Amino acid sequence: MMLLQATGLVAGYGRPVVGPVDIALHRGEVLGLAGPNGAGKSTLLAALAGSVRCFAGSILRAPGVALSWQTQRQPAVAGIPLNGRELLALTGAAPAGLPPWLASRLEERLDRLSGGQLQFLHLWACLQAPAEVILLDEPTNNLDPDGVAALAAAIAQRAAAGAGILLVSHDERFVTATCQRQVLLKGAAES
Amino acid sequence: MNVELLFDPLFLWPCLTGMVFALLLPLCGAYLRLRGEWLAALSYAQMAAAGGLGAMALGWPLALGGPAAAFLAAGVKNVFEEAAESVRGAAYAMLLLAGWGVAVLLAANLPLAERLGHALSDGQLYFTDQGHFFAALGALAVALPALAGLSRPLLLSHFYPDFYRARGRSARRLHLAFDLLVAGVLALATTGIGVMAAFALVFIPPLAAAPWAGSWRRALVLGGGLGVFAHLLAFALALVLDQPYGPVLALLLVALGAGSALLAQGHSRIAK
Repeated sequence: MMLLQATGLVAGYGRPVVGPVDIALHRGEVLGLAGPNGAGKSTLLAALAGSVRCFAGSILRAPGVALSWQTQRQPAVAGIPLNGRELLALTGAAPAGLPPWLASRLEERLDRLSGGQLQFLHLWACLQAPAEVILLDEPTNNLDPDGVAALAAAIAQRAAAGAGILLVSHDERFVTATCQRQVLLKGAAES
Repeated sequence: MNVELLFDPLFLWPCLTGMVFALLLPLCGAYLRLRGEWLAALSYAQMAAAGGLGAMALGWPLALGGPAAAFLAAGVKNVFEEAAESVRGAAYAMLLLAGWGVAVLLAANLPLAERLGHALSDGQLYFTDQGHFFAALGALAVALPALAGLSRPLLLSHFYPDFYRARGRSARRLHLAFDLLVAGVLALATTGIGVMAAFALVFIPPLAAAPWAGSWRRALVLGGGLGVFAHLLAFALALVLDQPYGPVLALLLVALGAGSALLAQGHSRIAK
């Protein structure tokens, strides 16, 4: 079953940055977006999330499909008394299944976690939020090998449960191991 | 020094009125601090004072002018919602200065406004009555469930603004709802305890509570508790020493905030 489809999509900000692109994401699929820096991978995710201007083409989302979107923007947590369990509750992500090295620290404040632990917690909050379509932008940033392995397992488990996952990553090994299919982006076509 | 005043029934309603605001304002302040918008609170309070004076000059009810001006400030603030943090900070500062300028000019040109201007600036808690208390209680009854409902969306839109937008929700509408709520509470509090005391209760208890709370919920409880504690102590000290309530409360809160910051700094050095 198709969850999300973009046809002839050209998107950007003041001017087109990416496209035209044809892309389709199905239930249970993990799709990778590849391409050089500046090819518009993050912009394409933003367009699919409805956050940037679409100059041409169309985006179709299956009725009733909820979307979760993890971006590279890391919120400032210093001095804010919020703990890990409260953070997950914000997106509705269940903590069950978290790797033991993070599950044991759920009651800790966010500003007392390491960069990698915090990154994984943010990923988990978006990955495990109630959603059928999940967009992940450079999810392996700041993660050590254990974190990358735990992330790959969580993505596989989420896809097996029926979610469609579209991810952007420079980590070729991770993309090859995690994604069933890849789409190569080349940036916006010159007019 | 007159300790017997503490047990005078005449001061029961002022004490209870202040206690309601001392509980409610730090809760609003926690969310303002989260968004780095604590200065907005001072601009709302100052605009409410100017609005109260403006209403008096025009012969309108005071209770109408304060909230109207504070709501106007919340609306203006929302125009800058998408702007950079520095631009938003400048907008709050300009609102604050506009409110102060209007209030001082009105006070200087209208004899009755001068007295009211001092009352709104310094606070007139001892002159509040049963009516003020029930108005404050009404604000508490509206604001507590509203804050409980807004809490998760406010935190979610702060930590995951892109996620929040992707779910089809408008952060701008959410923030406007919160700003109007805070503006209303501050307008009411300003008529009871004055501009600076209201601002001190918004700003300092959440700041002092933050280093010691292990969760958001505990930070809210601790902030509210510190606000009530500071109010009761300030009320008693001001009454017994025959001093104005607002400055005593502000100084106590400053001592509390500075003490908390110093202790937290020492604590973090030891932990390292």
